[in-house]
Amino acid sequence: MAATVTTEGTQSPARVPRRLIRRGRRARPDREPKLNWRIRLRRDKSLIIMTLPAVVLLLVFSYLPILGNITAFQYYDPLVGIWNSTWIGLQNFQQLFNDPLFWEAMNNTLAISAIQLVLFFPIPIMLALLLNSVLSQRLRSVIQSVALLPHFFSWVLVITLFQQMIGGAGLLNQFLRNHDIGVWNIMTDPTTFKLLVTSQVIWKDAGWGIIVFLAALSAIDQNLYEAAAVDGAGRWRRMWHITLPGIKGTIVLMLVLRLGNILNVGFEQLLIQRQAVGHDAADVLDTFSYYYGIATNNYGYGAAAGIFKSVISLVLVYGANKLAHLFGEDGLYRS
Amino acid sequence: MSTLSLGGTRRRNSDRPIWEEPPTAAGQAAKGTVLTLIVLVILVPMYSVVVTSLSNQASINDAGGMVLVPHGLTLSAYRTILSGGPVARALIVSLAITLVGTVFSMVVSVLCAYGLSRSRSLGHRFVLMLLIVTMFVSAGLIPTYLVVVGLGGYDSYWALIIPSSVSVFNILVLRSFYSGTASELIDAARMDGANEWRILWSVVLPTSRAVTAVVTLFYAVGYWNSFFNVMLYMPVDSQKWPLQYVLYEYVNLGMNMPGQTNSGFGSGHSQTAPLSLQMAVVVLTLIPVLIAFPFLQKHLGKGMLTGAIKG
Repeated sequence: MAATVTTEGTQSPARVPRRLIRRGRRARPDREPKLNWRIRLRRDKSLIIMTLPAVVLLLVFSYLPILGNITAFQYYDPLVGIWNSTWIGLQNFQQLFNDPLFWEAMNNTLAISAIQLVLFFPIPIMLALLLNSVLSQRLRSVIQSVALLPHFFSWVLVITLFQQMIGGAGLLNQFLRNHDIGVWNIMTDPTTFKLLVTSQVIWKDAGWGIIVFLAALSAIDQNLYEAAAVDGAGRWRRMWHITLPGIKGTIVLMLVLRLGNILNVGFEQLLIQRQAVGHDAADVLDTFSYYYGIATNNYGYGAAAGIFKSVISLVLVYGANKLAHLFGEDGLYRS
Repeated sequence: MSTLSLGGTRRRNSDRPIWEEPPTAAGQAAKGTVLTLIVLVILVPMYSVVVTSLSNQASINDAGGMVLVPHGLTLSAYRTILSGGPVARALIVSLAITLVGTVFSMVVSVLCAYGLSRSRSLGHRFVLMLLIVTMFVSAGLIPTYLVVVGLGGYDSYWALIIPSSVSVFNILVLRSFYSGTASELIDAARMDGANEWRILWSVVLPTSRAVTAVVTLFYAVGYWNSFFNVMLYMPVDSQKWPLQYVLYEYVNLGMNMPGQTNSGFGSGHSQTAPLSLQMAVVVLTLIPVLIAFPFLQKHLGKGMLTGAIKG
């Protein structure tokens, strides 16, 4: 233990024996001198052991599957495994790009994403503004709690609740039947399915989305409001000239991050409802690789669809992050 | 959830900044309406589900389905479900998976986060990169499935826990907190002869209770809600299903409920209505989240926001 204590930086680095200090280009005067890696290994042994389980899990369940993507270039047969399956080159991709079902899934993905961008994205902002204008602290936190709650429900639960409210046997149709207006089973209607999906997302996650905007709102200097009021700016002018510019950065950041994720629309959500509305309305890229890959044992084909999505997603997320940096925001990570 | 009295809330004038105009009656009413609607849209479905699960066949018949005005409340649905059968088993499975999974996830995440939080340690930059890359590059569904199945995960419980056990985001949140622990504290502990394990256990963990609580609850809610992994890895053996999957099969796909099949559908054997049985399953999946939620909420502000933004 003694060695651990002396080298941990509690002492000045000058007392480390000279031969242990790495020379050469790396040894810049503005940095602390680097210790020999063997010494550091001994010093940091326990820290390294601590990170090991997580690293092993990541290697096995995140990195190994990345390599496993070579099944996309095979006619993968689970009986003979990845080493002995037949190589077919780009045939899976060719088939994919000629598959109308794939383009249908692509269309659905983009359409749902677009609808959510227009209908879902502004709602947390508006809610945050509304909530911020409620003065009573107690009332505000009660409403915020209620709005946040559904975020922690599973998709199965959310869809069950929707089913019981607006489904064929649900509360809404009970009411309609009792008043002889007729029946409208929204849950199984393919034509309005994309709007239904969006409303489910709003119900579940709007309350979650307001957190970041409320934080941005609370960071605005209250003196600005007072000064504006003294200058004669009314409620709406203050909102337009102080509040909105104050949270502009956050809005732009969230928008950019959302754009990076346009291929990720709720997976479980759509998977669960696929049977009720049919694949032509409910298939997105994720459900496509599930149904045409795993459920039909056509693994290589599904993997090809997965790669297509991963690569485009990577480019989008990377680009979105760069864009966020351009706006002076941190983005997903800070380099 | 206690009942809310939205209409009767009066604004306290002391909260109001002196420069702000008093609210107009119309504006006040509009705001009140919108906020009341939001709260109702979220609470009414839950309320209706709970009341229906507690209703007998007669009041369900009267209402024509879901019940809004309760009369004739009974616990018989819960008694039927919890007295054994698939739902009771699923409840136990879900609780076990949540407990074991959360403990496992937390041990791995806390250790990793602490290991990475002491900057200047050997290789921490490399491991950090390893973690962050996985936030950008996802392998995709099928290769992951093949790896898990290849390791013997099909139809076994560990496939529901191990492959998705660590969330890089949570590790980064924990790490940013641990990095913020006062270095004087850590140095003092080291002077007293504490090794890294001891420092983590006696110094860092006690000073970061809030974030530990939030991350624990996040993992717990995640395990409780896990559904897709069941669909992927153990769709065949209904004996092993956790509650979310039972909910999906029995309520969404309309499979026969236990108790319906046993006692003969709608026979005089029990007073329990099929719908109230289904709604009782919904309530059972709901309750743990409702219990965890106040704790989550309490720590969420300080726990998540700073951590998430610091990254």
